[in-house]
Amino acid sequence: MTDPLRDALARTLIVMPAFNEAESVRAVVGEVRAALPDATCLVIDDGSRDATAEEAEAAGALVARLPFNLGVGGAMRTGFRYAAAHGFDHVVQVDADGQHDPSSVPQLLAELAHADVVLGARFAGTGDYQVRGPRQWAMKVLSAVISRLARTRLTDTTSGFRASGPRAVRLFAEHYPAEYLGDTIESLVIAIRAGCVVRQVPVAMRPRAGGRPSHNPFKAAAYLARACMALVFALLRPRSVLEPKEQSA
Amino acid sequence: MTVTAYIFSVAAAVATLIVVIDLLRRRRLRERHAIWWLVAGVLALLISLFPPVLEWAAALVGIEVPVNLVFFVSIAVLVLVAIQHSVELTQLESKTRDLAERMALLELELRRRDGDGD
Repeated sequence: MTDPLRDALARTLIVMPAFNEAESVRAVVGEVRAALPDATCLVIDDGSRDATAEEAEAAGALVARLPFNLGVGGAMRTGFRYAAAHGFDHVVQVDADGQHDPSSVPQLLAELAHADVVLGARFAGTGDYQVRGPRQWAMKVLSAVISRLARTRLTDTTSGFRASGPRAVRLFAEHYPAEYLGDTIESLVIAIRAGCVVRQVPVAMRPRAGGRPSHNPFKAAAYLARACMALVFALLRPRSVLEPKEQSA
Repeated sequence: MTVTAYIFSVAAAVATLIVVIDLLRRRRLRERHAIWWLVAGVLALLISLFPPVLEWAAALVGIEVPVNLVFFVSIAVLVLVAIQHSVELTQLESKTRDLAERMALLELELRRRDGDGD
């Protein structure tokens, strides 16, 4: 009898966008490989000027090196393309800064049975990750709007910890936005409008290895404005169509 | 209008057209980018050769001071060109992005095969 989780993990590509993360990437890849030995780990070196690619390779990950910085959106589409070309059914995005706990990946994969995109949500009860002030309001507004679109309760739509099922992998390999906030907000809107089911799973988040989230109110206001603009344009754009594919047994 | 002003305006229009056509001829400028500059140059030449055409056109659209029509059309052309350039820049960026992604994946594939071959 095969273990369904191991089976799912063998068809899972862990995609880790990394920009100048030489200090943390080796430990994070090591942790992913220890926690999920059956999954494949692909680090997308997003034009780093430090030794990110070498560190990731030394830790045993596959490494795709982008010639210059494209942002998380470009890095993730590269990952989705790799997954689509090599027959992976699931893609799980994990940050290279150690913020996401790889031992939560099986929970995300389990929820993929009922959904196409599963978000690892930071504010859904587990863990002690905190964001306060205007930035928190911005995140709440976004979550409220996207929850309505998705017809489900989503509390953390800007989470970078997310799993995509086969339909979403095919969709994102074609249409993954490179705009500011495109990797979080617009990608969700694209998925929802293409008919994908979005769910969330509460996960614990660790504090980032380097850098604190900004609490400058002007930056937070600019963030809210840009996020709302990203959302409005995501809704105005023509719908992405998910090409039907013949069902395999 | 003085004769000097007449000669000056004709010369300016002719110079613009010569520059654009020469760039086109030497393939330094593609037709799709040159079309607005050609239109602007031809219009400038037309009204500098036959100033009454400008007065007629201004009266036609109800503009009392003909020179305002010149300003309006000039600014409109510049705005349209600027928008066209933004569009082309966006297309170029998305093509560059696509190439960068493909290159990264090809390089990964290549290194993997090299590794297998050893």
